[in-house]
Formats: sequence, structure tokens, C-alpha cells
Amino acid sequence: MAVNYSAKEEADGHPAGGGPGGGAAAGGGGAVKTRKPDNTAFKQQRLPAWQPILTAGTVLPAFFIIGLIFIPIGIGIFVTSNNIREYEIDYTGIEPSSPCNKCLNVSWDSTPPCTCTINFTLEHSFESNVFMYYGLSNFYQNHRRYVKSRDDSQLNGDNSSLLNPSKECEPYRTNEDKPIAPCGAIANSMFNDTLELYHVENDTRTAIPLIKKGIAWWTDKNVKFRNPTGDGNNLTALFQGTTKPVNWPKPVYMLDSEPDNNGFINEDFIVWMRTAALPTFRKLYRLIERKSNLQPTLQAGKYSLDITYNYPVHSFDGRKRMILSTISWMGGKNPFLGIAYITVGSICFFLGVVLLIIHHKYGNRNTSADIPN
Amino acid sequence: MGNSLFSLPQQCAGEEKRVGTRTVVVGHRPVSEADAYVAQKFCDNRIVSSKYTVWNFLPKNLFEQFRRIANFYFLIIFLVQVIVDTPTSPVTSGLPLFFVITVTAIKQGYEDWLRHRADNEVNKSNVFVIENAKQVQKESEKIKVGDIVEVKADETFPCDLIFLASSSTDGTCYVTTASLDGESNFKVMEMDGQHVTKAGACAECVCVMINWRMLLQHPSPRPQLYLTSPPSVCSSSESAAKSDAVDVLRGGTSEEEYSFGVVSGQKQISMLNRQLLVSVRCIVCKTTVCTTLKYVWQSNPFNDEPWYNEKTKKERETFKVLRMFTDFLSFMVLFNFIIPVSMYVTVEMQKFLGSFFISWDKEMYDEEIKEGALVNTSDLNEELGQVEFVFTDKTGTLTENSMEFIECCIDGHKYKDCISEVDGFSQTDGPLKYYGKAEKSREELFLRALCLCHTVRIKQADQVDGLIGHPECKNTYISSSPDEIALVKGAEKYGFTFLGLENDFMKIRNQKNETEMYQLLHTLNFDPVRRRMSVIVRTTTGTLLLFCKGADSSIFPRVQQEEIQQTKVHVDRNAMDGYRTLCVAFKELTQKEYDRIDRQLNEAKMALQDREEKMAKVFEDTEADMHLIGATAVEDRLQEQSAETIEALHAAGMKVWVLTGDKMETAKSTCYACRLFQTSTELLELTARVVGESERKEDRLHELLMDYHKRLIQDVPKPRGSLKRSWTLSQEYGLIIDGSTLSLILNPSQDSSSSHYKSIFLQICLKCTAVLCCRMAPLQKAQIVRMVKNTKGSPITLSIGDGANDVSMILEAHVGIGIKGKEGRQAARNSDYAVPKFKHLRKLLLAHGHLYYVRIAHLVQYFFYKNLCFILPQFLYQFFCGFSQQPLYDAAYLTMYNICFTSLPILAYSLLEQHINIDTLTSDPQLYILSFVGAGRNPWGWFEPVCLPCDRDRGAVELQKGCLYPQCFLLELSNVLCIAYSVYAL
Repeated sequence: MAVNYSAKEEADGHPAGGGPGGGAAAGGGGAVKTRKPDNTAFKQQRLPAWQPILTAGTVLPAFFIIGLIFIPIGIGIFVTSNNIREYEIDYTGIEPSSPCNKCLNVSWDSTPPCTCTINFTLEHSFESNVFMYYGLSNFYQNHRRYVKSRDDSQLNGDNSSLLNPSKECEPYRTNEDKPIAPCGAIANSMFNDTLELYHVENDTRTAIPLIKKGIAWWTDKNVKFRNPTGDGNNLTALFQGTTKPVNWPKPVYMLDSEPDNNGFINEDFIVWMRTAALPTFRKLYRLIERKSNLQPTLQAGKYSLDITYNYPVHSFDGRKRMILSTISWMGGKNPFLGIAYITVGSICFFLGVVLLIIHHKYGNRNTSADIPN
Repeated sequence: MGNSLFSLPQQCAGEEKRVGTRTVVVGHRPVSEADAYVAQKFCDNRIVSSKYTVWNFLPKNLFEQFRRIANFYFLIIFLVQVIVDTPTSPVTSGLPLFFVITVTAIKQGYEDWLRHRADNEVNKSNVFVIENAKQVQKESEKIKVGDIVEVKADETFPCDLIFLASSSTDGTCYVTTASLDGESNFKVMEMDGQHVTKAGACAECVCVMINWRMLLQHPSPRPQLYLTSPPSVCSSSESAAKSDAVDVLRGGTSEEEYSFGVVSGQKQISMLNRQLLVSVRCIVCKTTVCTTLKYVWQSNPFNDEPWYNEKTKKERETFKVLRMFTDFLSFMVLFNFIIPVSMYVTVEMQKFLGSFFISWDKEMYDEEIKEGALVNTSDLNEELGQVEFVFTDKTGTLTENSMEFIECCIDGHKYKDCISEVDGFSQTDGPLKYYGKAEKSREELFLRALCLCHTVRIKQADQVDGLIGHPECKNTYISSSPDEIALVKGAEKYGFTFLGLENDFMKIRNQKNETEMYQLLHTLNFDPVRRRMSVIVRTTTGTLLLFCKGADSSIFPRVQQEEIQQTKVHVDRNAMDGYRTLCVAFKELTQKEYDRIDRQLNEAKMALQDREEKMAKVFEDTEADMHLIGATAVEDRLQEQSAETIEALHAAGMKVWVLTGDKMETAKSTCYACRLFQTSTELLELTARVVGESERKEDRLHELLMDYHKRLIQDVPKPRGSLKRSWTLSQEYGLIIDGSTLSLILNPSQDSSSSHYKSIFLQICLKCTAVLCCRMAPLQKAQIVRMVKNTKGSPITLSIGDGANDVSMILEAHVGIGIKGKEGRQAARNSDYAVPKFKHLRKLLLAHGHLYYVRIAHLVQYFFYKNLCFILPQFLYQFFCGFSQQPLYDAAYLTMYNICFTSLPILAYSLLEQHINIDTLTSDPQLYILSFVGAGRNPWGWFEPVCLPCDRDRGAVELQKGCLYPQCFLLELSNVLCIAYSVYAL
């Protein structure tokens, strides 16, 4: 690689004249070859080569084949994507008519929390497992200052980092001379709205069971995030000496009642800590499992969404959404890939037809494969 | 010889201005008791070719390395990453840079160590110095100016010397100057202050010399090797009173040779740097766009600092301008991956590995010397594909540097040896093929003339030595001209053998094996103005004979006109074949005539003023009214296929210049032989012969230059619309220039009117299809190369040569090629590429050069393209992350992308791709022009990328011109996109 990085400069430096001993230092570039070079295909640059020449005979079938392959694939993907049921409501409450409009200017420490209820109707039933997401818009979770404002070793349960978080967490590192656990802007701004879903049938509200475990990545839950270790399992004691993030109503060891979903390994917290790549994003909130094979997970009909509105987004012109969606083998709803396939396939097929016509009409003039001069 | 004191007074003999007078005290003793001996300060005799010492290695080497634009760029990026809070860690760019720098430093350190060792070998070599009448052994580096040095036969001179005495009876000594001018023949040095240079080698005698080095320190470096009228050593001591025969400064000083290493700077890796600049422009453009947009976007307070993402105290307190600057640098670091360090690594690797194909090429393997091509520098593979000017040495490069007697004509009858030349020599009386026959007496007279009219000496071949000579003869001929040896050998072939000179008697063995004796009375030496030489001999019967041989143009006017015609036919035909022809004439002198000539000659020789003119006049008078006997044809044998190679290079659009230290006549005939000059070529001469010697030479030169300039440039209608390099001129011109004229042009006197000679001369040169520069000193060769190199458009130059005298031009040119010739390995060692024969240049340039040029162009462009594709999403991502310099990719991915993930396929491609078959490339030289006709001169000059030769076809010139530049297109697209998006986003 860099062996001959500047061999030229070297050659320049050689003594130019002088006696026989004057330039005994031979350039380091190559040893003197006394042997006759091997007569191999590689060394003599005679390796077999393929130089494709584009002719009608090769190009036309290629176009047709690409077209014929891409269009069915595109259709398949598009249909799959369309079969995915998805329902989305914006509950920010910008419009004055919205039930949540009253909570629009909520602040972090408003007590009692502002609640609102939004009713909606599902036109189609959701057959398979349903994923419930919350979505935020115009929220720059990918801002560099924001992304690096965390201490991974603290989240991994390191005791020294717990009490002395990384400088990256500034200005969310300490509060009143106590280290913040978990520190940093990401943790500080954790999404804390509560969403509850009810099926409304004949004016009776049936709560739909929402599963809050299993929404985080396995590696995050088991490898990246760990509670601090110490004597006993009492999280309150383990987090002794730290303080809660400024915006949080409760400290980290009170996020959940279950011990395997509390502290740093709370799954809502883990989901939030995995920052989104784009300013408009959705994060998994809850799972709704299909109970029996006979009934769809969510029947078509009326539903109501109870929201505990804690999270202010109006100040930065953000939006909050709740999304219900099923998934397929190719993930969530995304018609783009199917459309792209269909478009490319169609263009190829069309070009094939055009070129075929051109070839058929004018191609006989020059039967040779050469490029005409 | 004792204590003489030499000094060089200012303006001695009216030549060469000197800064001051130098006085060297020989033997370090005062001349007289009155003078107190003052130790003089001169430089020591040490050779230093190494660059570094232990102490300055680190800083100097680092400085050298960071002078490279690429290294400096990466260093800056690294420093920015260290100082500023940037998105990627400094390790990502620091580690590869550190690696590259370290490896290079180790390699350069090792090479310098080798050089130190070589220097020591020379500096510590033992030299015998005479001190206080005793022989003292000294190390070469400890020789002081004024020491008397004893040099034995076949030893190299340890320093510049003045010749004081020799062991031979006649006080002469033979010196080779092969490493200065490439001529391996011997030059006679006579006693009394003849100056020899360090690089010469002593031939046969023990000579005592004083160290003369540094005597010429003060005068500006003197590139001329041959001074037509040398300054004399004027001396204050009585022992040197007869300064008439003193001929100083025959050779150039060797200090110049050593300065070349410093003179010729770095060779550029222009293409990469060009690409680098394009990339930097791209980066700066993107960075500026991003920084601007960032501040536009941030003007909205909830974009700048929403509640969830507050700034730190420090951030808030920094000044806005400073913040903008650091943001700019951060973006720069983010986009800097467009030019990864690894590109340099991959390019180096491609060059390094690719150069193996050159050394592996079996077509460039020479059975004779059992060696193939050698690559000393792989940096220049692609420049082999863009050569526009080829500078070639003659002796040993175009020709084999061995003269052969081909045929002769006596009274118009042609005699040609029908036996093959190789073993013809070994037979003393090879059968002759007669084309008609001249009288026996004329034949014998002719052959005697050949045997007598020369300055050849015989060296008793007691040592086994690589001197010119044939193995079966005990004796070896030594002469200052290889022609003469060829002629003497030719005569020997026809039965007349020259046996040597004994006490002024020349001995000849004739066809009947009898020994004839001739008394040598006078030798009228050869000089380039007269272009002939004569001898006056007395036969045993007392007849006085003058034999004269010389160029036809100088002999014909001096013989009986009726004799000319029949010989002229032969001479002209031989000249057409590229042979060197000499005519032989004689006349009988009466005793009275001889006495007069003898007196005149002696008078002229003793003359203190205008000696040369007086001599010339005597010669002129003496060599008149002769009888033409015949002519000879000597072949300066060309190397295999030199003519074909030169034709191919011409067809490939290269201009071939021959730079030689040889005489003009010799060089000219070679140029005809190797078809550099066609018979239709009109020759323009700028030589000592046409310019003359007088005081008016500058005026004459001025006239000539203006005349040629007018003919070539002003009067020729400019060809329009045709390719620059195609030969549209109906008349081809060739230029011949010699060293002394060149120095007049390049170093004019203060006269301001002559200062623009250089540019006029250059214009004339560039218009000529072929240029022949003869009588060139090594430094002049380099001067010519430099002159062409620095012309507009800086064309790529290539120098090829075999001897040490070519080293300067090899180093000066962009690409230096050494021939692994017989004359040592100096050239091959200092070259970038070494090939066994001149003919290999054809494949090296047309096939390898072309391919590497195309390959490296593809490689660099692909790298640029791929990284632009890689970084473009990162650029676009800035629009989605609030212009916060958030990298889209993981650091590991950023680092590995070029090193691991994407480097091998393109490396393999760039090593193996052959867009045109090698055989086609070699056989069709015109393809060579196509590869770069658009490059560097395209209308898209701003981008200056290398055009992609995407063709397989001869008719692809049009395609070439309209060639799309994908990366430029992408660059533009990305900029348009970002502007469009930013308009939309706002």
C-alpha cells in the first residue's frame, strides 16, 4: 500500500553523478529481476475477459425479463402493504373543536393532569395482532446535541456512572448538585402521555387489554440497559444519591410496579431511548394480542381513546398521534416499495416494446453488431 | 613540479566572467619565503547525497510529507476534529493518516540509510596523496584543495583535478568521461594544467595531480562541457610560463551533477491532486450550503432550542461568529469522507501492484542481459500514458555505441564486405565483393591512408578490460573517436593492419605481411569547424605524403573537381542510408613545400595571440589541391527497432527530441537512420557552424532566430478545427542546435534585447516535428527538458537515456526512463523505469502507459463517484436533523466503507481492465492520443476530470469529446437538489 508512497522523491535524492560507488543505494521500489518473467496468463495480462456488447439481441430480452419479473413482485408487495390495516388519530388538539384542545398548553408540572377522550370508529376489523404506537411530528430526536446527550454506561448499570454521569449529559447532568439518573436530554424528555383504549358497544365501554411488555428490542432490554447492582433488589436503595430528571413527575425506580419492568429496564423508557432517525416518527406503545381465532383483535365499530395529556408539543409546533396497525411479513404499511417495483418494471417493459418496434422497423439495415461509425 | 601557484584572474583570456580570483597553493607551501602561508578556506571533498541526519530526520521528514497536498489536507481535517467538537471522532481520520505517515517515514528513513552507506563508501575510500615528497594514504573526504593526488590506472578521480604529471613518457594520459558525456572513448590529457573532473576515470597511467576541486566554486555553475575557446590558466610561477598548450576546463565540474537531486523537485501526482481539488470544491460547497441553512433554520427559536433539547451554558455563551465557524468546520469533517485517506491507500496500492505487470512483461525481457523491465517508482504509471515529449539520448539509447565499417569506395568503385559483420572482424582477409575494381595501387593507397590518417593509439591489452577491441587481437585501439577505430579496423579487414606508433614512426603490416614504416611528421587535428583532419608522413623512401580525411562537404572543395562526381554518388547514397561518410584525400608534398608548412605550423603553435586563427589558416593552406581517393561508410549501429519505435512514437503524437553529447554530424546521421528526420524534413540549424565564432555571434543568432520564427510561426496559416497534436503542416521542420548556441539562448548576456530569445526559441522548437540537440552537457539536457516542461499546458515529458550523463534529464523530466545499457547503471538507478532496450519504450508507453492511464482514471473517478454517492445521503440527512451535523452512518461504517467494503472490486478492476486489447494498442499508435486528447483541455476545464475513454473504436473521438462526467453531474444535481429542497423547506 503505502510502500511506494513517494518513491519519486526518493529517486530525486539520489546522487546523480559520481563514481561507481556514488549511487549504490538503489531505489527501494523493486528488486532486480534476473529471472525471466513467467509466461502465465495472469502475468502477461492475457486472462480471459468478457466485454459485453449491447445489441438488440441482448438488450431487448433483458428489458422484457426485467419488466416481467419486477411487475409481479411490485404487485405482490403492494397488495401485501394494502392489506395491512392502519388507523391513525391526531390528538394534539390544535383545532378548537378537538376534545384535547383544552390540554394544548399543558405544562410538565400541571396537577392534576389534563385528560381528554377522543371517540373514533374503525370501519374495518383488525384481524391479527395489533400494534399501538404513539407518533410525534416535528420532534427532532435526531438532533446531534440531543442524540449524544445520554450516558450509556449509566444506563448499563455502572455504579460510578450512576453517581457521576458523563459530561455529554449537560445540561441535564445534575440537578441541585445531585446526579440525575437517567441523565441527559433524551431521558429528560421521555414521552409520558397515557393512552387507554375502550371498545364502545351500546354505550358500554370495555377496556381493551394493552400489553406493555415485549415492545423493546431484546438486546436493549437484556444487554444495553441494566439497573445498577448492589445489595438487595430494592431499586429505591440502589438509586440512592441520585435525583429524577427535571421533567419527570416520578423518579426512575417508580416507573412501573413490576420489578422486571422498572428502573432502567422499563420498556417504555427503553423504547424512548432508542432515538428516531427522522423528526416525524412513531414509537411502539402497546401490543394488543389476538385472543381467539374466532374473533378479530379489534372489531369494526366504535372506540374511545382516553388520554392523559402530559406531553407538551405545541411550543415547537409538534403533533401527537395514536396509531393502530397490524403488520405483515414485510413490516408495517409501506406502499412505496411496491410502487417503485411496478414503476421500474413498467418502464422497462415499455422501453422493451419501443425498442422492439424500432428494431423491427429499422434494425434490418445493419445486421452487424458493431456500433456504426 | 613542486610549488607552483595557479590562479584564475578575472576575465582571463576574455572569457566567462568570474566573481573573483582564486589562488590555490599547491602542496600547502608558500611560494616564496616572503609570503606567509595562509590556510585557505575551501569546501571539503565530502559527498553528501543523503537527505537526512539522525537529528533532523523527524522534523524534516514530517515537513516533507506534509508538503504533499493530500497529507496536509488530512492533517488539517484531523486537527479540526481534535480541536472542534465534531460529529466523528478524530480517530477515524487520524489513525489512517498516522499509519500512512509512519510507513512512508520508515521507508524513506531506510532509503536514506542506504544512501548514507553509499556516501560513506565513497568518502572513506582510500586515496594516495603526496605530502612532503611522501605518499600518504588518505580518506577521500579528507582531501584538501591544493593536495597533490596520485591516481592509478583505472581509478576514479576522487575530486576535480588539474593534471600535473603522468607516468607515461610523453606526459599524456587518457581519460574517459563516460559518466559526464556518455562517450566511452578516451580523451588525451596533456601535461600542464589540464583539468579533469571527478567523474572521469583514469585510463592507463599513474598521474600526479593536485586537488582542483572548488576552484570553480564561485563562478556560476557552468553547464557547458565543451568550451570552444577555453580560458587559460595564467600563472605567476615561472614553471607554468608556457601556457600555450594549456587547455583547462575540458570537462564540466561535477558539483553540478550533485546538485540535480536538489534541483528537480517533486514530481506531481497531478491527476489525484486535480481530483482532490474538485472534491474539496464539492465539500466546501456543501458545507457552505449547510451552514447557511442551519442559521436560517435556527432563526426560529423553537427550532434552535426546543424545551426538550436545551443548549449547554457554554454553547449559549460562545459568540455567534465563532459558532458559525465551528459549525462550518464540523460540516467539513462530516463531508470530508468524500476524499477518504483510503483512496490514497488504494491508489498507491493499485500503482504499486500494477507496476508488477511492467516488470513481469516478458516482451520487455532481454535475453542478452537476462533482465526485464525494472520499476523504481510506481507513482508514475499513468503518466506513461500521457507523454507528449520524448527526450532521448543518442549514444547507447538509439544506437548501440559501436561503429562498424560498412563499405568503402575507391575511385568510384564500391567495395562491400559480404561476410556478416559480426565475424568479419576476426578474419584478417575476408573476401571482398567487388563491384568493379579500381587499380591495385589506388586500393593500397586508400588503405594506407586509412591506416595512417588517424589519432588512434594502441593499448597493450595486458588487462582484461571491457574496452573496445576484438578478442583475438592482443592489442586494443584507443581513440577519442570511435569512427577512427572503425576505420582502422576496416583497413585491417582488407589487409592493412596498424601496428602502432613507435618513436614517431607508424608501423603498418600490409597485405603481403610486410611491415611498413612511416614517419609521422605532423598531425593536423580534427576540429568541428574544419571537419577534417590530416597527417603528414614521410615514407621510408623519403616521399612526403599528406593524407586527409573528413566530411564530404569539407573535402570536396579541396580536391580536383573532376574526381568528385563518381565518389559523390556513393557518398550521397550512404548518407541517405544513415551511414557516416568520410572522404579520404591525399597529396604529395615536395620537401620545399613541407619545410614551409612545418615552419608555419610551428610558428602558429607557438603563437601566444590568436593562436587558433593562425592554426586554422595554416591548416587551410596546407589542405588544398588534394586528390580524392575514395570514401568510407561507417555505421553507427542502431539499436534493434529504434527506427520503428520512433515512428510509432511519432504516430502516437509524441514529439521526439534527441539530446546528445555527440558531434553534430554523427548525431545528424543517426537521426536520419532512425527516421527522426525524413529526407523531406527541412532542417533548421542553430549551431556553432552557422552562428559562427566571432563577436557578432549574438547578432547572427538573433537574425537566425527571427528568420526561423518568421518561417515557422508567422507565415504558416494556423490550422483550424483540427486536433492540436495532428501534423497538419505540409512541410516538416527539424531543428538542430548545439550546446554553445543553446547556452547563448538560455543564458544571454545582460543585453536586454536577447532576453526573449528563449521564448522565440521555444516556439520554434514546438513547431518542429523533430529536434536534435547535440554537444549537450548533462545540465543543458536538463535545462531543455525543464524549458519544455514549464511551457504552457505543462506537457508531460519523458526522458530516456543510458549513461550517467543522462541522469540529469532523467531526473528533470516527469517520467525518467533508464536503459540498462553497458555504460554502468547510473541511469537505470536514477530512473523511474528501466528497460533493457529503446524498443521497449513502445510497449511501455503505448500499451502499459495507455492502460494505466485509463485504469487509474477509472479508479479515481469511481472512488469519487462512490464516495459522493455515499456522502450524498448524509448531506441530505442534514435537512432532516436540523442541520445538527448528525452523521447518518455509524463511525465504524464510515471508516470501513472505503477500506473494506468497497475497495477490492475496483482495485481488481483497475489492475486488470483492458478496454482495448494490448496487441491492438501496440500496433495502432494513434490510439494513444485518443486516451487523453480531451483530458485537461476539455471545455469543462473547471472540473478537469479525466475523460473516460469509453470507446472501443477508432471513430470514438467525437464520443470522447461529448463524454459525460458522472461525478460532475452528480455534484451539480446534489447542489440543485439542496437549493430546491431548502426553498421548499422554508
